[in-house]
Amino acid sequence: MADETVHPVTPVEKRKRFQSLKAFLSNGKARVGLVIFVFFLLMAIFAPVVSPYDPNDTNFAQLAAPSARHWLGTTGSGQDVLSQLIWGARTSLTVGILAGVLSTAVAVLIGMYPGYRGGWIDNVLDTVTNIFMVIPSMPLIIVIASYIHSSGPYELVFVIGLTGWAGGARVLRSQALTYRNRDFVVAAKLSGASELGILFGEILPNMLSLIIHVLMGGIIGGIMSEAFLEFLGLGNSSVISWGTMMYWADAGGAMLMGAWWWLLPGGLAIAVVGMSMALMNYGIDQVTNPRLNTASKKKTRKSPKPGGVEIVEP
Amino acid sequence: MRYFLQRLGFFVLSLMAAITINFFLPRLMPGNPAEAMITRYKGQLNPMALHSLELQFGVSNQPMWQQYLAYLNNTFHGNFGLSITYYPVPVINVIANSLPWTLGLAGTATVIATVVGVFLGVLAAWHRGGVIDSILPLVTTFTSSIPYQWLALLFLYVFGFVLGWFPTAHSYSAILMPAWNGPFIVNVLYHAILPAATLIITAIGGWLFGMRNNMINTLGEDFVVFAEAKGVKDKRLMLTYAARNALLPSLTGFGMALGFVVGGAVLVEEIFSYPGVGYQLVAAVQNEDYPLMQGLFLIISFAVLLANFIVEMLYGRLDPRVRKGGANS
Repeated sequence: MADETVHPVTPVEKRKRFQSLKAFLSNGKARVGLVIFVFFLLMAIFAPVVSPYDPNDTNFAQLAAPSARHWLGTTGSGQDVLSQLIWGARTSLTVGILAGVLSTAVAVLIGMYPGYRGGWIDNVLDTVTNIFMVIPSMPLIIVIASYIHSSGPYELVFVIGLTGWAGGARVLRSQALTYRNRDFVVAAKLSGASELGILFGEILPNMLSLIIHVLMGGIIGGIMSEAFLEFLGLGNSSVISWGTMMYWADAGGAMLMGAWWWLLPGGLAIAVVGMSMALMNYGIDQVTNPRLNTASKKKTRKSPKPGGVEIVEP
Repeated sequence: MRYFLQRLGFFVLSLMAAITINFFLPRLMPGNPAEAMITRYKGQLNPMALHSLELQFGVSNQPMWQQYLAYLNNTFHGNFGLSITYYPVPVINVIANSLPWTLGLAGTATVIATVVGVFLGVLAAWHRGGVIDSILPLVTTFTSSIPYQWLALLFLYVFGFVLGWFPTAHSYSAILMPAWNGPFIVNVLYHAILPAATLIITAIGGWLFGMRNNMINTLGEDFVVFAEAKGVKDKRLMLTYAARNALLPSLTGFGMALGFVVGGAVLVEEIFSYPGVGYQLVAAVQNEDYPLMQGLFLIISFAVLLANFIVEMLYGRLDPRVRKGGANS
């Protein structure tokens, strides 16, 4: 019975969400970002199919410039750079996505839930969040990673995910705070819905776009951190990723020998994926903060304000 | 005053957190890597140094709280032990030699990136929907997604090796003696251009974005609309009315931004062989020089936390609402 009183709210929210998705896709920047990201995702998934050679095969001419046979040339030990780039997408995206999911989950637990509940737990966790925000995360990650010897990609996921949640937690908390006394939350409370039920049934759907925002920030942060650690030799340099590509190019003196085709692709791929994330985030911003939607004024007036959630930029 | 004490309390608390993390990390790690290091150096280091290492990394039978107190005592006296890379130089000396370089490099880069980024953000928001607003964010979404090491390598390759416009390593030419005179200062600046440019370019995007969004929100506020209706001139409206108010929320992200710059400085210093704390940190990690690594982590944290505290004090001066409470989040 309790559920029935709540129900009238949910379908409305659902339609709103669908509209948000449409608004997101109607945003040119967001669409470009999505296409780029899906492209890299497919490349990672179908690496065995699309990769021209085995990325570990060292039987080619060393340091060959780009040619018809090797579109991106070869490395100092004679591997095909394009094949490495394609297989590297697998490791880098996997680590990035897993680390992003982990840090977002922690951010939801530490930021969103207490933010909604309030009380002393919220005060404590908010202070913890603020502390983790100001302690420089990269040096911290370096120190942790150097204590875990020769860590593989999955150890890196934990190190990165468990250190990079603070920014997301703060954004989610400040948003969850505003839901504490909203009508539909109070209504759910009065109708006897459990706390977790309210959190996941009422608040989470409304904050979904912000959570996705945080998630995408976490993913790109994860990819960058992986590259950061791998470049410093703190990961497992025998695994092929965009980070280890840069590590080997730098260690192998690609620069001294003028082998730009070896030096540049790994980092460029990270930058392009990062940009695709930023573009999608841009689209989400426009959807969730109608004031920012100034590029096409006519469109804004026609479509109803979706969500009405304002993003507090950290 | 209450605001000041509150922020001071947070500063001390976060500093204690950094120190405590530093204390527990080597003790919690599986197999205690520090212990392995100490075993490896038996016979190579003199017994005194070994003993201080053992104390530092908890290879002792003392109860944990006694170790913690001893560790705190050492930390507050700047006693971080001896570096293994530069044995027998104390860690604190290595820090003292490298910190000024990083403060100069990362500090200057942060200030320039902030000023330029905020200014561009104001412009983008003011001309929103225009050419600047559609090109600038696109360019900066790309630049802020570039990994530091990639841009640093690119700059080093193009401007250092291929074109030969800038030096490729170190913070000043080896033939010069450090002194406060013209040629030396010019030489230092010359060496700092490429590393600083790397940090600035990757950091500008964040500021631009935050400022643009805050500015657009502020421009929608009633007082701005009213001022416009009243006939306030455009420039005054943009800078005095909107930008000043939009700047405040941007500043709260300063601590995090500084953290990123410091992270970037680690890579940039490593690539340009710039003798700052980041360069030493990487060297310490590669040599498994845990005393140096921990000392550097603490000093980096301390510098960032202190800078953050100073900015918060500044923020309190600029925005009376913060001081009067009610804006805790």
